[in-house]
Amino acid sequence: MRGILRVGYKLLVNDRGKFIALLLGITFSVFLMVQVTSMFAGMMKKASATVTNTGARIWVMDPNVTNVVSSIPMPDYVLDAIRSTPGVKYAVPLYSGGGLVRLKDGTYQAVTVLGLDDTSLFGRPALLEGRIEDIYAENGFLVVKDEEFPKLQNPKLGTEFEINDNRGVIVGIAKVPASGLFGIPTLYTTFSRAVQYIPSMRYTVSYILVEPMDDASIPGIQEAVKRLGYEALTEDGFIGKITDWYIFRTGMGINLLIMTLISFVVGLSISGQTFYSFVLENLERFGALKAIGAKGRELIYVILFQAGTTALAGYGLGVGLCATLIAIAKLRLADYASIITFFNLGIALGMVLVIASLSSYFAVRRVLRIEPFDIFRS
Amino acid sequence: MTAVAIQAVGLSKWFGEGPTRTQAVKDVSFEARFNEMLYIVGPSGSGKTTLLSMLSGILRPSAGRVQVEDVDLWTLGVDQIADFRLHRIGFVFQDYHLFNKLTTVENVAIPLILRRRNWDEAIAEALKTLEVVGLGDRAQLRPSKLSGGEQQRVAIARAIVSAPDILIFDEPTASLDGDTGRKIVEFVRTQVLTEKRCILTVTHDDRIYEYADRILEMEDGRITGARKNGGARA
Repeated sequence: MRGILRVGYKLLVNDRGKFIALLLGITFSVFLMVQVTSMFAGMMKKASATVTNTGARIWVMDPNVTNVVSSIPMPDYVLDAIRSTPGVKYAVPLYSGGGLVRLKDGTYQAVTVLGLDDTSLFGRPALLEGRIEDIYAENGFLVVKDEEFPKLQNPKLGTEFEINDNRGVIVGIAKVPASGLFGIPTLYTTFSRAVQYIPSMRYTVSYILVEPMDDASIPGIQEAVKRLGYEALTEDGFIGKITDWYIFRTGMGINLLIMTLISFVVGLSISGQTFYSFVLENLERFGALKAIGAKGRELIYVILFQAGTTALAGYGLGVGLCATLIAIAKLRLADYASIITFFNLGIALGMVLVIASLSSYFAVRRVLRIEPFDIFRS
Repeated sequence: MTAVAIQAVGLSKWFGEGPTRTQAVKDVSFEARFNEMLYIVGPSGSGKTTLLSMLSGILRPSAGRVQVEDVDLWTLGVDQIADFRLHRIGFVFQDYHLFNKLTTVENVAIPLILRRRNWDEAIAEALKTLEVVGLGDRAQLRPSKLSGGEQQRVAIARAIVSAPDILIFDEPTASLDGDTGRKIVEFVRTQVLTEKRCILTVTHDDRIYEYADRILEMEDGRITGARKNGGARA
């Protein structure tokens, strides 16, 4: 069998024009599919940055919260109730809001302010410079050094600024795994200072971060929180809720779907057409092979092998091209939101295999239909 | 007298159904022997290609049988008939049907590759066969770079590389000029035909009739005449 597959391989690659057209079609298609889904994955990672950076296992929130930046404050008694729920190891409040920083040159810069529980500082970021205990110092703020950091004019330890007409001092420079989606810098401070500095409603707790005793306790905690009229989500659950909101409530999902389908159709039409004409061109030779003694299934293997080889080569090239372009883009645009995940790769691979299957299906039908007798008659 | 290589008994073939039904071959019986070059001749539409297809295990007859030594060909299953063709029959098609994207030697090696011979062994064997047909120095060229006569010889090399005992030639000179056609048939007559091989040829090129041992004339699906020719051996 390897011999006839080798014949198939040579027939494929020696027809350079068609082989290159096939590869280009699939490569371009894969590139588009991976690029579009990677951009979406990158944006979703940024949209969930606060969730992943904080690292809490359970997030309690108002059920109407759709994504992490649009928190709906909860009354303090919810925190007390959760702390007394069986299975809860500890629970702390988190403030999440926005402020306006007035820079030294008089310009304003919007910032995200996260207020950490005063006692535990749960969810604090790793520090590059400074000491975490200095967050308790008068007007102390940590600034995240990410792609948005220069928008605050690259502050140093001790840099003073105004936030909502209050004085602030940078006491630490932090790093986080992911920066936010909206392109604004992030400041950390204590919960009490955040509430004091940022105008708030009567209720001030944006989220309650819960550590369960163990995994088995999670369903019970979620049920208890539900009875209080609130929602408790695991970290993955919250990220999923945020992603769902962007997919189904913002139009991003349908755009993603359309782009992915266009990529699929482009790939299918180019490679399907080319592969079909490639087989048509060799149809009489396939008929001659049948006359000589090749069995139908052997010819099917040849066609599947040719389609599979082209699909996998095009897939590799497409993924490589996409990865290269993303890497170059990230070198030039530090906050370029694109990330290739195994899920993206899996989707693209699945679609490429569908393209290869459909292309080879029509080719196989033609090859199986050709009768050796037709070769004599021709 | 050599042994019978292939025997047709009461072969008939109908195409179509109802009012469009036509009979292409009508109750044909004959036998061909080893070391014999048998021509089936006749005008277009006389049924000779249909007959050849039934003899070579390509087209199932509507009636009758084909006996190749002790094998009743059309009692075999589809895969068995394909194996039979692969192992016992060599084909030279009118338009050669060579793969232009493979080299000459790779084209010749195809029957061996289909027989699951190791690639390198098959190529070595094909190269030897190309030397037999005088094209050893063309082994690495693509068929499109060869002349019509050379392509015909490549097709012959492909047909004989696996040493089949029955060779089927379909209009072997149809795409060649007169001189080249005669040279090819003469080559087949002297180099390819052996005591263990029978060659069936369909043609209506009377310039090559002299090379046949026997000629069957067909018309309107029937054998209307048979004559011994002696075969012009070089």
